[in-house]
Amino acid sequence: MDRGLLIISTICFLAAVARTGVALRAGVFRPGGFNFLAIGLGFVFQTAFLSIRGHALGRCPLTNLFEVFIFLAWSVALIYMLVGPTYRLSLMGAFTAPLVVLLQGFALTAPIDVRHSVKMPANSALEFHASVSLIAYGTFALACIAGVMYLLQERQLKTHHLHSIFYHLPPLTDLFAAITRLLWCGFILYTIGIVSGFFTGRPLPRIQVVAAVGVWLLYAAILQGRYLRRIGPKRVAALCIIGFSAALTLLWGITFSAQTHSVP
Amino acid sequence: MNLFCVGLSHHTANVETRERFAGGAGAESSLRKTGCVEALVLATCNRVEVYGASEKRVSTDEIAHCLLQNREVSDRGHSEALPFYRYEAEQCVQHLFRVASGLDSMVVGETEILGQTKKAYQFARTSGAVGPCLHRLFQRAFRVAKQVRTHTEITRGSVSVGSVAVDLAQKIFGELGGCSVLILGAGETSERTARVLISRGVTDLRVSNRSNDRAQELAQRVGGKSVQFDQWPQQCSKIDILITSTSSEAPLLYPANLGPLLANRIDRPLFIIDIAVPRDVDPAVNEMEGVYLYDIDALRSVAEQSLAVRRQQIASAEAIIAEHVADFVEKISRELSRASRITEHPPVADSSLRATQL
Repeated sequence: MDRGLLIISTICFLAAVARTGVALRAGVFRPGGFNFLAIGLGFVFQTAFLSIRGHALGRCPLTNLFEVFIFLAWSVALIYMLVGPTYRLSLMGAFTAPLVVLLQGFALTAPIDVRHSVKMPANSALEFHASVSLIAYGTFALACIAGVMYLLQERQLKTHHLHSIFYHLPPLTDLFAAITRLLWCGFILYTIGIVSGFFTGRPLPRIQVVAAVGVWLLYAAILQGRYLRRIGPKRVAALCIIGFSAALTLLWGITFSAQTHSVP
Repeated sequence: MNLFCVGLSHHTANVETRERFAGGAGAESSLRKTGCVEALVLATCNRVEVYGASEKRVSTDEIAHCLLQNREVSDRGHSEALPFYRYEAEQCVQHLFRVASGLDSMVVGETEILGQTKKAYQFARTSGAVGPCLHRLFQRAFRVAKQVRTHTEITRGSVSVGSVAVDLAQKIFGELGGCSVLILGAGETSERTARVLISRGVTDLRVSNRSNDRAQELAQRVGGKSVQFDQWPQQCSKIDILITSTSSEAPLLYPANLGPLLANRIDRPLFIIDIAVPRDVDPAVNEMEGVYLYDIDALRSVAEQSLAVRRQQIASAEAIIAEHVADFVEKISRELSRASRITEHPPVADSSLRATQL
């Protein structure tokens, strides 16, 4: 039943992707209400899934890689809903939806929804750590999407070949402001996530701590470079993509190792 | 009721001819005397058209005569040889929808015509020249134009070099109110571009020219301040947009001299519009991070791309229009048929009549 909700949610996001794809092929990309509606519906079904799963588990649904991916997809949609309106909601949705489809599609098709035979006790500190960290990842994902939009816009301006989507992208300076804000927001949440990890009452695997601090340092370096005006906007945008890829790899590693050791 | 459109446009007549028939304040009342129950004159710089509804056929000559009467009585004799076109019933509906949507304009997809059509309608309505027939026709035309603009890319991008430059500036900086602009070379094209930028909110304008007097003159005209010609390179570290149009034989700006000036503004883009021939800016400057260089060819190419996209969209726009024409004609025919039954007149819903009567 709960997977059914997730499938519907994925279809909603897929509809937004398909609509954008068709519009881009026809050269008439025009962000409109459809994308917003599709993503909004997708988000509602995601939330319903996480709620049902959470009630069934009696805790925050972050017990395996499948749930982690869905929670991450939910975070991306949530942050998009919160910040999207400021930076052309429907257009950012055109970029957000594919990422959510990718995350949910993978979660649904890969055999990663492993149920633990023993019901795990709730640990509020651990759940707080995990959920805040995942929302931080969601924010980094949005920064990554804004980075893609920036690079796309920048490339078209440089080459003088303007595609239909160019006319619907926000101005470069606005996009860069969005990237900076998302980076700060994600960085603060991620810092809270890392610090709270030390108060879960569980020993933290050294490799995970090192990798998490590595990602934290990467984002700190991007923000520092931005603050000191050592890194140009184009490189900041590119680093957002690299940073999120690193964060995603780390997340995979953490969840995978937690699952193989089966001690979440 | 016959619905018709008689007119001349940039397709059929030159500007002098169009001027002579631009109608006048009393054109609509003259048209009513000829037998038009309803009449509306749409007169713009590219077209003069009369949209009318009448019980009996009003000839093209009579309409031309009315338009002339209100301008120059002495020109009456020329009306017969003039290239007026005439659309009746369904064709008239289609023509108006195409006009309002910008498909019949000189620059395909221009939006000014919609405003002009609305104004003409408003004027005719206030003077009582528009009745239920033209009211419904024009209201539908406004709806169609809006739909065409929303569902196609017919109005996308700018098609003139000056507007392209300003649009690009907005794509880089967003609001232009806080942007600083340096005009290098007091040429006519620079001035035109500067004026478009001013119209979009730019207030900080600097002008530099080899002849300081000319720089001061232009600065005065556009409300900016002049900068000595030997000081303009230093300005590059402070400005956001540079418009160059000097008559220099060699490039004035190249990576080696621009690089150090931009060192402290890494997160602030610089948009350079080089409209000089030969060019003032080395094309290699475009490779520098944060610098966007557009020369006259690049601007033209963007304008042409927009125009090409607009042309590609004509088919989609025509499809929307065709749908509305069919629907509008059907609705009107149905209503006329109902009205005829009530007044015990023969029904007009017959398909043979529909082509000529609405």
